[in-house]
Amino acid sequence: MATITLVQVEKKFGDFQAVKPIDLIVDDGEFVVLLGPSGCGKTTTLRMISGLETVTGGRIYIDDRDVTWHHPSDRDIAFVFQLYALYPHMNVRRNIVFPLEAQGEDKGTIERRLAEVVELLRCQHLLTLHPGALSGGDQQRVALARALVRRPAAFLMDEPLGALDADFRETMRAEIKQLHINQNATTVYVTHDQIEAMAMGDRIVVMSEADIQQVGSPSEVYYDPSNTFVARFIGSPGMNLIEGHYLEGIAQLAGDSTYQVPENWRSVLDRTLKDKKVLVGFRPEAGQVKEDGAINAEVYADELHGAHTMLHLSLRGDASESIIHVRARRGLGLKIGEFVKFDISPEMVRFFDAESGKAIVAEV
Amino acid sequence: MASFEESGPSTPVTEGIRVDKVSPRSRRLKRIRSLVVVLIALIGLIPVAVMVITAFKSRTEVVAVPPRLIFEPTLEGFVFLLTERSQMAPAILEEAKQNAGELGLFDRIALNAGQQITGPSDFVRRLRNSLIIAGGSTIFTVALGLFAAYAFSRFEVPGKGDLMFLILSTRMLPAVVVAVPLFLMFRQLNLYDTHLGMIILYTVFNLSLTTWLLKGFMDEIPKEYEEAAMVDGYSRWQAFYKIVIPQASTGIAATTVFAFIFAWNEYALALMMTSETARTAPPAIATMQGRGGIEWSAIAAGTLAFLIPVIIVAFALRKHLLRGVTFGAIRQ
Repeated sequence: MATITLVQVEKKFGDFQAVKPIDLIVDDGEFVVLLGPSGCGKTTTLRMISGLETVTGGRIYIDDRDVTWHHPSDRDIAFVFQLYALYPHMNVRRNIVFPLEAQGEDKGTIERRLAEVVELLRCQHLLTLHPGALSGGDQQRVALARALVRRPAAFLMDEPLGALDADFRETMRAEIKQLHINQNATTVYVTHDQIEAMAMGDRIVVMSEADIQQVGSPSEVYYDPSNTFVARFIGSPGMNLIEGHYLEGIAQLAGDSTYQVPENWRSVLDRTLKDKKVLVGFRPEAGQVKEDGAINAEVYADELHGAHTMLHLSLRGDASESIIHVRARRGLGLKIGEFVKFDISPEMVRFFDAESGKAIVAEV
Repeated sequence: MASFEESGPSTPVTEGIRVDKVSPRSRRLKRIRSLVVVLIALIGLIPVAVMVITAFKSRTEVVAVPPRLIFEPTLEGFVFLLTERSQMAPAILEEAKQNAGELGLFDRIALNAGQQITGPSDFVRRLRNSLIIAGGSTIFTVALGLFAAYAFSRFEVPGKGDLMFLILSTRMLPAVVVAVPLFLMFRQLNLYDTHLGMIILYTVFNLSLTTWLLKGFMDEIPKEYEEAAMVDGYSRWQAFYKIVIPQASTGIAATTVFAFIFAWNEYALALMMTSETARTAPPAIATMQGRGGIEWSAIAAGTLAFLIPVIIVAFALRKHLLRGVTFGAIRQ
C-alpha cells in the first residue's frame, strides 16, 4: 500500500476553475473521504489522482513516484466507478481477471488470486454470469473484486454506493469498511452523503466551490467545523447559526433574545469580534429546552423522530424567520406557535465571524 | 374462443397496456391497420415475385401473354446467364440430342434451346468484381469510420460540430452530379476501370454515413468502460479493441450491412467509371443483351443471383441489424 501526495494540484476547464490548487496527503492505509455537494470538484480531484483527468497545475505522488504525467495504467491504482463499469460482454470471471491479464500474470497466479478475492467477496456463485444478470449489490461486489485482485497501491472509489437501494447501501458500507481494515488499503472515497462519510472515513476532506474547506476526523468536522459551510453541510439538519451582535460577553441575538457567552470564550471574542456581528453556532442536540432558558422562540413545527422530537423554532421577534432546529425529549406536548425558551450547552457552542464565515478558535 | 369484442380481456390488463389501446374499438382499428400493412407489403413484393418466377421460366414462357403462373420451371435463365453459347446447326443438334445422356446439366439445358455452350459468360466476372469492390470498400469504410467515430465521440476534436457537418455534406448532393469531374480525375490518375479506383470511390461515398452511424453507437457506450480498462492496466488502444469494439459489435454489424448494400447495389457510378476489367454486376445486368432479343429470364436470374449475397449478409446479421436499428431507442 502507498501514500498519495497532492501538491498544489489544480484543474481548469478553460476559464472555469474546477479545482483550486489543493494540498493533501493520504497516509499509508488511510481511508480518506472527499465530501461535498455536487460540482464541488471532488470527483475531478479523484480522477486527477487516477490519471483519467490531466492536471493543469501541481504534482501528484504515489509513494515517492511522481505520477503526475503517468498514464492511468502505469499508476498502480484501482478505480471503482459509481455505475461499476463492469464489461458487459465478459462474464464475471473474465471481468475479475481482466486486470491480471493486463499485467501478463501466469495462469497459476491468476487462478490463485481469483480464488482469493472470490472467497473474500463471496461471489463464487456469480462467476459464469454476465454483469447484466446481476443485482446492483452483486455488481458492486464484482467491481470491488476486480479492484482488489490486482493488489494495487491504492483504491479510488467514486460514489460506489450511490446507485444502491438505501438498506443495501448500509450493508455494502460495512463490507467496504471491513475490506479496508482487512487489506489495510489506502483508499480515497468520494461521496456527497455526509452520513456515509462520517461512518467510513478515517479523515474527511470537505470540499466546496472547487476548494478544500476542512480536513479532519469525522468528529473534528462535526464538532469543530472550520467555517459556516462545513457547519451547515455536516449533520442533518446542520449546525444552527444564529446571527447576533457581540459586545462585552453578551451576544444580542435577532429578535428580543440575548445570549450570555461562556467565560472561556470571552477573551477571544473580545479580541476578535468586539462590537461586531457574530454567528452563534450549535448542533441541534446542544439546544436545551427549559423554562428558564435565555433564548426566546416559538414553535414553528415539530417532528417525532422515534426516540426524540426535532423542534423547529423561530426566534421570537426575528424578522428573518430563519428556522432553528433543537432536539428535545419526546412528549413535551408543545403546540405550533407556542412560546418556548431554550439554552445552549456551553461545551458545544461555537462562534463564527459573520463577515468571513470562519470559525473563532477557542483558547485553551 | 370467443373474440375479444364480446368477452372483454380474458387476462388482467397489466400496467404496460393502456386501457384505451385495448378497447374493442381500437382492437378492430388495429386489425384494419394490420391488414393495410400486409397489403402494402404484398404489393411491394410483386416485382420481386415476378423476378423470381421469371428467372425459372423458359424463353417461350417469359414472353407468353397473359403471363402464366403455373409453368414448368427450368434453369435455362441461369445457364444463359452464366455461359456463352452458339446456335447449333439442325443436323448436329439431332446428333447431340442422341448423346444427351453423357452431357452435364448445363449442356443439356442449353441443348433443349438448340444451343451449345462455348464457355463461361462475362457475368461470373462481373459478380466477382462486385464482391471484390463491395467487400473491399466495406472493410475500408467500416475500419476508417470506426476510428473517426471513436475520435469524434471521445476526444476534444477542434471544430467537431463543423467537421461532422462537413462530413455529412458529402452526401447532400447526388453522387452522379460529380460523376464527370470524378471521371476526369480517375482518368488522370489511371484509376478508371480499376478495382482500386472503385473501392476508393465507394469508400469515400460511404464514409460519411458510417462515421455518423458509428458515432451514434459509440456515444451510447459509456466512457467509464474504457476508463476502467485503462486503470486496470491497458492502453487506450487496447481498451478500444478489447472493450469498445466488442460492445459496438451491434452497431458495426448494422453499419457493415448498410455500407455493403450501398456498394453492392451502386449502379450509376459503376456504369460510368468502369468498362471491362472492373465492371460490376448492376450495369452488366442492365446492359445484358441476348442473341435474338433481350433474354429476360437471364436478366431475372442475374438479378436473383445478385440479390443472394445481400440476403445472406442481412440474414446472418439480422439480430444485430434489428437491434442496431432500434439501438438507443430505449435507455436502460
